[in-house]
Amino acid sequence: MSRVVLELEGVTKSYGPVVAVRDLELRATAGELITLIGPSGCGKSTLLRVVAGLERPDAGTVRIDEQVVAGPRDWSPPERRRVGMVFQDHALFPHLDVTRNIAFGLDGMPRSRRRERVDEVLGLARLGHLARRYPHELSGGEQQRVALARALAPAPAVVLLDEPFSSLDETLRGQVRADTVALLRTTGTTALLVTHDQTEALSVGDRVVVMNEGRIDQAAGPVEVFEQPATRFVASFMGEAVFLPAHVHDALLTSEIGLVSTVPGWTGTDVDVEVVLRPHEVALAPSPEGSGVVCGLEYHGAFVLHSVRLPSGSLVQSWQPHSVRHPPGTRVAVSVVAGVRPTLLVGDRAMTEPPG
Amino acid sequence: MTQAATAPTRSTVTSPRQRRRLRRPWWRSRWRSSSDRPFWSALALLVAAFVVLPVLAVVVDGLEATGSVRLPSGLAAMALTTLLLMGGVAVGTLVVGGGLAWLVTVTRFPLRDLFSWMLVLPLAMPAYILGFVFLSTFDEAGPVQGWLRDTVGQGLWLPPVRTLPGAVLVLTMTLFPYVYLMARAAFLEQSPSTYDAARTLGAGRGRALRSVVLPLARPSLAAGLALVMMEVLTDFATVQYFGVETVSVGVYKAWKGSYDFAAASQLSVLVLLFAVAVLTGERLLRGRARYTQRGSRGQGLEPVRLHGVRAAVAVVCCLVALGIGFLLPVVRLAGWAIGEARRSPGELVDPRFSGYLANSLTVAVVVALGCVVVALVLGHAGRMATGPLPHVAAQITTFGYAVPGAVVGIGVLLAFAGLDSLVRGVGVEGGTGLLVTGSVAGILYAYLVRFLAPAYQAIDASLTKVSRTTTLSALSLGAGPRRILWRVHLPLARSGVFVAFVLVLVDAIKELPLVLLLRPFGFSTLAVWVYELASENYWEKAALPALVIVAAAVVPVFLLFRHARLVDPHRPPAAGRGRGPA
Repeated sequence: MSRVVLELEGVTKSYGPVVAVRDLELRATAGELITLIGPSGCGKSTLLRVVAGLERPDAGTVRIDEQVVAGPRDWSPPERRRVGMVFQDHALFPHLDVTRNIAFGLDGMPRSRRRERVDEVLGLARLGHLARRYPHELSGGEQQRVALARALAPAPAVVLLDEPFSSLDETLRGQVRADTVALLRTTGTTALLVTHDQTEALSVGDRVVVMNEGRIDQAAGPVEVFEQPATRFVASFMGEAVFLPAHVHDALLTSEIGLVSTVPGWTGTDVDVEVVLRPHEVALAPSPEGSGVVCGLEYHGAFVLHSVRLPSGSLVQSWQPHSVRHPPGTRVAVSVVAGVRPTLLVGDRAMTEPPG
Repeated sequence: MTQAATAPTRSTVTSPRQRRRLRRPWWRSRWRSSSDRPFWSALALLVAAFVVLPVLAVVVDGLEATGSVRLPSGLAAMALTTLLLMGGVAVGTLVVGGGLAWLVTVTRFPLRDLFSWMLVLPLAMPAYILGFVFLSTFDEAGPVQGWLRDTVGQGLWLPPVRTLPGAVLVLTMTLFPYVYLMARAAFLEQSPSTYDAARTLGAGRGRALRSVVLPLARPSLAAGLALVMMEVLTDFATVQYFGVETVSVGVYKAWKGSYDFAAASQLSVLVLLFAVAVLTGERLLRGRARYTQRGSRGQGLEPVRLHGVRAAVAVVCCLVALGIGFLLPVVRLAGWAIGEARRSPGELVDPRFSGYLANSLTVAVVVALGCVVVALVLGHAGRMATGPLPHVAAQITTFGYAVPGAVVGIGVLLAFAGLDSLVRGVGVEGGTGLLVTGSVAGILYAYLVRFLAPAYQAIDASLTKVSRTTTLSALSLGAGPRRILWRVHLPLARSGVFVAFVLVLVDAIKELPLVLLLRPFGFSTLAVWVYELASENYWEKAALPALVIVAAAVVPVFLLFRHARLVDPHRPPAAGRGRGPA
């Protein structure tokens, strides 16, 4: 395993009576790109600000490159942390042109080295032609690139990005995001990226950290977060999901829609659970004997989202190819796509092993 | 989508008239819509012309006269004196105003919150009042020099106070709040994430302050300085206490001394050139960089707490500035006024006092009402006609504040002279008689030109808060422009109207140079009376009217403060609206 660059242990921070983050544990290894996601107010921006040194944690330890920068006895101010930060509003210095914005963090270097480094970063970020422009003379995407280049110039140990694309309009966002990720990859930078966009979190991150109410619910690879959510919150926040009451008896998972799947290793169990079903895992077949009734259709272009009411009143949703449109009122048989092993919840937590 | 739903849309788009309208470039469409209500555009332009007329008159007359008449004597000396005075006051206000703003923003010390608003109070002390209090205290006959001579010896050399440095000191101590206010607002309104960004890029607190916070405040400092320079250029009363002959004094003397119209208007052009130079300088200081920032979340600059000696020094700095600029002069004036009342208990108040007070109040009320009405019409016109014309007109009218008093005064006289010859040309014997005697009409006109800008800004600020759709819905409900003015815009802008009225009222009560220049024989106001008494060293008699003026001038300072909202953002967050966790 590669070197740990950033490590948080038991970090807690409150604002008055409001606990913003509670007992956080997080490690980032060199070159890793971690996306942080959660609803607004979940503490993700606080986490960034604690790492950057813009907030002092009430408890816990932050280590950067194995140096304690915040702990019970230690405190480094932001300027001594080797942490770069890209702000949501970019926070470019409006009185400095692009070159001098980028050179700002290279203060300690000899002049010639500084110029070299600025040129190098300008080249990496493909900003050479904008070197003499002022921030207000740049487009939103260009400002974002300058902000990233400025943060990368001093070769920080970690770069923190606080919703860097949220101020850009939709059409621009995809390209700027691709450029940003490419730049972080080519420079081998360890980065923490806060986002509120689920697709962004899943597609960009090597690891996705899902936060809720000041805690980390799950920190894992994007596939795992999406397919094996650790909690009810992660399951519902990271994609559309319905929860159906179900039962596991002797490794067989059954619910209102019949046999769902087998649960290997759960032989000899007999427990009530809830099964998490995502719309792409639900298959529909029109059938006069089907127990479900289509009650809603949403045409999304490539796919059509069908809502189906079950006899108990529960609702399940199913993605169908764009050519398949079962009109409302159609009776359908609902089943789970073959091969899917859905997540099982007991209470709010996912069960990976049989209880007991 | 169904056919029925698309049909109406298509028909509107394909109508040839609509198409032409859609294709019309934006500037055409905006001009067009402004011509929809030609009356209001014309009215706005008329107001602008009315304001610009005196300035144009000065420029035309001054340039015409240049060829034929010899230049006023001592021109170079006057210009140099003006430069030195402006330079001195610029440095002084920058150091005092900028320094104090810096102190109360980046540090915390006892009484800081109190000082941070009290430091605006010197604005309420007109320079012509502080000037004579200063002279009475520090000149050869004053108590300070007398005490020093008594204790050290009669042969002690003391610097003369009726000099240029004396004038610089007095103007600095009354004008520094302009720079203070602008600088403080600039420090407080900076986007916190800019400061945070500097910190994460390896800048310590000191460097972040020096290389980010301070440079970002530069345009505000420049704007504050420009205001100060304009006030310095306008003044020709205070500096005369100190025997300082600026170009504005030259204008005053050329007109009042010898009624030399040509010399006065030539000198006015020179004053105007100084003003243009100030405004150009402000523009240049701004440079290509732009400084406005979007607000954002973040910690930003946290003030550091000062302890011990450093805290004491900070308190003393604030106290000295506040003491010299406001508290001590008020105490001294009050002492004189009480002493005067004791000495002659029979006539508690000079009989002339009530007459001059009435004059001051009458002129001030008339001007304030006039400014409010004109400003309201301008603001209303800007909303009724969406084209650029009314806005351009409004912009022009606000230049009046930047035109030095001497220029406005001479310009008004020139405008009246033109009117006179016009009337005479029509055949009326003796013309209007306005010019010969000077007249209160001239004073009112000049005040209107000078004070329209603050009135318009206050009312416009209120009107911009009225959503544009409110006006549009009133129109769609069949209300005409006049009804909208009375029933919608006036009621909604009433706080702005009130502020505008008070601002102009107090400015007019304080105003001295314009009255001195334009007053008809035998007409005087409280300000003029104070000035005349002070010029003849009747300090005690001048004290009471001076206190009345100061008391009136304190009112807008409070208004200013309520509106500027210079509240420290680093206070503990109020319930429900704090910097919560994000």
